[in-house]
Amino acid sequence: METYSRRWFLGAGTTALVSAAGLTACGSGGPGGSDGTLTAFVYGDDAAKVQAKAVSRFNASAAARETKGSLRLEKVPGAEYPAKLRTAMGSPNAPDVFFNWGGGSIKAYREAGQIVDLTGTIAGDPVLKNGFLPSVLAAGALGGREYGIPMRGMQPVILFYNKTLFAEHGLKPPATWDQLLDNNARLKKAGITPFALGGADIWPELMWLEYLVDRIGGPEVFDRVKNGDPAGWGDPAVLKAARTVRELVDDGAFGKGFSSVAYTNGGAPAALAKGKAAMHLMGSWEYSTQLGKFPDFARGHLGWCPFPEFDGGAGDVRNVVGNPTNYWSVNTRTRNKDTALAFLRTCASQTYARELIANGDVPATANADKLLDASPSPEFARFQYRLVREAPAFTLSWDQAVDPDAATPMLTEVNKLFVGKSSPERFVAALKALK
Amino acid sequence: MSAARGAGRPHPSWALPAVLFFGFFALVPMALAFGLSFTSWNGLGEPRPAGLANWHALLTDGRLTRSLGVTVALTVVSCAFQTTAALLLGVWAAGPQRNRAVLSAVFFVPFLLSSTAVSLLFYALLDPNFGIVPGDTLGTTSGAFLALVFVGGWQFIPFHTLIYQGGARQIPEVLYQAAAIDGAGRLRRFRSITLPQLRNTAATSLVLMVVGSLTYFETVLILTQGGPGTDTAILPYLMYEAGFKAYDFGYASAIASFLVVAATALSLLLVRVTGFGAMRSTREGM
Repeated sequence: METYSRRWFLGAGTTALVSAAGLTACGSGGPGGSDGTLTAFVYGDDAAKVQAKAVSRFNASAAARETKGSLRLEKVPGAEYPAKLRTAMGSPNAPDVFFNWGGGSIKAYREAGQIVDLTGTIAGDPVLKNGFLPSVLAAGALGGREYGIPMRGMQPVILFYNKTLFAEHGLKPPATWDQLLDNNARLKKAGITPFALGGADIWPELMWLEYLVDRIGGPEVFDRVKNGDPAGWGDPAVLKAARTVRELVDDGAFGKGFSSVAYTNGGAPAALAKGKAAMHLMGSWEYSTQLGKFPDFARGHLGWCPFPEFDGGAGDVRNVVGNPTNYWSVNTRTRNKDTALAFLRTCASQTYARELIANGDVPATANADKLLDASPSPEFARFQYRLVREAPAFTLSWDQAVDPDAATPMLTEVNKLFVGKSSPERFVAALKALK
Repeated sequence: MSAARGAGRPHPSWALPAVLFFGFFALVPMALAFGLSFTSWNGLGEPRPAGLANWHALLTDGRLTRSLGVTVALTVVSCAFQTTAALLLGVWAAGPQRNRAVLSAVFFVPFLLSSTAVSLLFYALLDPNFGIVPGDTLGTTSGAFLALVFVGGWQFIPFHTLIYQGGARQIPEVLYQAAAIDGAGRLRRFRSITLPQLRNTAATSLVLMVVGSLTYFETVLILTQGGPGTDTAILPYLMYEAGFKAYDFGYASAIASFLVVAATALSLLLVRVTGFGAMRSTREGM
């Protein structure tokens, strides 16, 4: 009877969106194929070809034979990866190994007991323990426990600028807040928007708050929130950061129409490349975006620097925010944990790091420095690698770090603050009220 | 007599495929979503019974009222805009001239495009640096709202134009000839003949428009993401956000159930008010 109803439920479940996600949970079978092949879910963008190569190499390796298993990579397309992973993890077709962003993106899986705690494995395995940059490994942890192995390039948020435009107006990349404001004033006088900002996507706005809170109050402020205490939003640094954002907006630092500019459709990168804006605070992927769309600009005019210091702030100017990297995690219901772990170990290998570098990524492995000469853009790769290696703290993007049900209202509040529908005080009050 | 009539009608079993299809793909999921609305579930493990918690939250946390207000406003303004434009275009296109036929075919093109493609297109056009619309359209409440109305209209007016064109072509020419003999001007003929004759057409078009705007989703998702703030977060978007961004499937199912009830009630009301169900011919006695 139970089987019957389950199958019936599952059939019906493929129909309606909301119920579909619900129904699949009724299945309770283990993941993986019937032939002992494990499934790995990966975010199916261009970079997935590096993982595809790694999987086929692993399947042909001695480690796969010893653990009597192999892997099949499933590229889950589109930006809806988190929703698809969530649905699959509740179903009998759950992956054994899955791509994630660490932090809040895996919190629910930990609570449901569906993600393998790798703390012991990493501590007992020198390859894993010494294989990665500590700040990156730590950024993926939850409450001090490790659940993921870094498997893609690092994506710190960097301040990009137009070198040629800066030279024309006699400007230097800002190292302090006063320099930044001084630059802004001179750029505005010249009719140039100081910062490109893809406000239509909202998450580019979040990057400003992430860096400001870090520079003003240090990484501890958000750490408190990340570890489950919403009262942490009440820290004076958050209010100060929100006020600073309002000052920048009112001052026209982002131009007048930033809410109608998107990053995702190329509007913001184009504003920087075409000289309409002088700077752009963005994840390191901005470099490859520019290289793809405006190669001449990327090669000859694109500059980069760390986010400036905030006068009197408690945060170390070397701290970074952003997406430390992506991680592989293992489903507790996997049929062959040995194979899964053996595959995860390959992420620490030089071969894998070289492949990431050839793809334009900067791997989070501990000794990648020497390999970076082979990068298509060695100068930028080395800057990025050193930035992260020297960073005392790497704060995971807030929207990835908090629970998904808090992330959406948080982004809405950020948007309200930027468009002027909320005041810094109301912004703080609203964040404190989040679960 | 009754046997003869029965023979002329299809056997009830003919409806079986449609009934099964509808039941399996609409009624069953609907019932399950309704059931889910009484649980707390994040997509993992088993849904936990939550009693009326989701419904209580839905009715008291203010999101529903706000969203409902936006949905109603968007529906009303969209319908007004689309009906006016489609009526005028449709009646114009119903004329026998060759150029009108060609232009109507061109006007129909937007309807053939996917809503997603149309939204992405306008997303790019609204960029203040490189688009055609200066200023911060999506950053202001009225701008974002009007953008949604316009983009929806741009896409769906062609469809309703087609309906009105068909309706206008059905109007017997003799009515206009008689009116012309009586000395009625162009405007008078439009008001006294065209409009009353198009009553049923308008009802059909309106019902489709209202039901359509209740499921309006992609445009909001792509253009505004419910913003600025939550000022354009219509009900379907709120449901999507609760379900697939926050993974609060219980709450999302409560919104979904509410939407089903509201849409059904609204359709019934419209059918009643417009006389769509017991539609009488506009040409009785002709």
